[in-house]
Amino acid sequence: MTELDPKLERQRIIKGRNRALALVLFGLAALFFAITIVKKMP
Amino acid sequence: MSTAPVQPILLPADWRDFWSLTKPRVMSLVIFTGLCGLLAAPVPINPVIGFAAILCIAIGAGGAAALNMWWEADLDAKMKRTANRALPAGRMDRAVARDFGIVLCAGSVLVMGLAVGLLAAAILAFSIFYYAVIYTIWLKPRTPQNIVIGGGAGAFPPMIGWIAATGDITLMPVLLFAIIFFWTPPHFWALALFVETDYAAAGIPMMPVVAGHRSTRRQILIYAVLLLPIALAPFLLGLTHWLYGLSALLLGAAFLILTLRVATFRTPANDADMRAEKRLFAFSIIYLFALFGALVADRFILG
Repeated sequence: MTELDPKLERQRIIKGRNRALALVLFGLAALFFAITIVKKMP
Repeated sequence: MSTAPVQPILLPADWRDFWSLTKPRVMSLVIFTGLCGLLAAPVPINPVIGFAAILCIAIGAGGAAALNMWWEADLDAKMKRTANRALPAGRMDRAVARDFGIVLCAGSVLVMGLAVGLLAAAILAFSIFYYAVIYTIWLKPRTPQNIVIGGGAGAFPPMIGWIAATGDITLMPVLLFAIIFFWTPPHFWALALFVETDYAAAGIPMMPVVAGHRSTRRQILIYAVLLLPIALAPFLLGLTHWLYGLSALLLGAAFLILTLRVATFRTPANDADMRAEKRLFAFSIIYLFALFGALVADRFILG
C-alpha cells in the first residue's frame, strides 16, 4: 500500500469541507428565501 | 471526562467526520417519526414550513448527538463498536465537535422559533437539553435505568412534528411520545443483551451488566406488555380509524411474541447465539416504522 502525502491529503480534506460548507450555506439561503415568501403570503 | 484526546490529531477532520457526529442512522428515525407526527396532525401545514420544521428537528437531533459524542469520547474509545468514531480515533479535535454541536443546536432552535413557532422551538430546545445534559451527562453513567430516561429524548420528535403543525399540545402528541418512550427499553435492552461485553468494558451501567440477564429479560417483557395498550390507545380513544387500530394490534402481537421468546423458554443454546434477542432488536425497528407509517396512512386514506 502506498503512503499518502500529508500535504495533498490535507488539501483534499479542506477542499471537501469547503464544498460541503458551500452546499449547506446555499441550501440555507434558499430555505430562508422560501420561508420569507411563505410568511409574506396572505 | 478528561480533556486529553485519545489519539493524536494529524489532519483536519473530513466533512464525513462532521456528518458522522450527527449519528445519521438515529437521525433517519428521528426524521421519520417527526414527519409522521407532522403528517398525522389534523391541521394542514405549508410544505415549506413543514420542511423547515423537519429540518430543524433533524439538525437539533444531530447537534445533540454531536454533544453526546463530545462528552462520551473516552467511553467510545473503550468499546469496539464505537472506537473508530471520529473523536476516539483522533480524526477530530474535541473542542471542534463541541462547538459544532452547539452551533447545530442553537441554529435549529432559532430557525424553528422564527419559521415555525415558539412552542415547537421551546419543546425542541428542551429535548436537546434533555438528551445532551439530563441523559448523557447526568443519568446515563449513574443509573441502569438510563435507557428508560434516554427513551424520553427519542420520544420528542413526533410530538414536535405535531406541535409544529397544530401549534398546541393535545392528547395525541402525548400518546405518540408515550409509544416511543415504552418502545425504547425493549429495543435497546435487546441490543444490550448481545453487545453486553462492550458496555461492561466501558463501565456504563447498562441493565444486563448491573441487574443481570434474567432481570433485563423480565423488564423487556413488562415494557412490551405496557406498549400494547399504549399503542392501541389512539384507536381506542377515537383519535384514529380502524387501519391504525388493526396495525397496532397485529404489530403489537408480533412484538409481544418475539419478546416472550426473549423473556422465557431459555436454554443454554439460545443463550449462546442470542438469536431471539437479535430478532427482537431487528423487529423493533420495523415495528416503529410500520406503526407510525400506519398512523399516517390512516389519516390520509380514512381522513
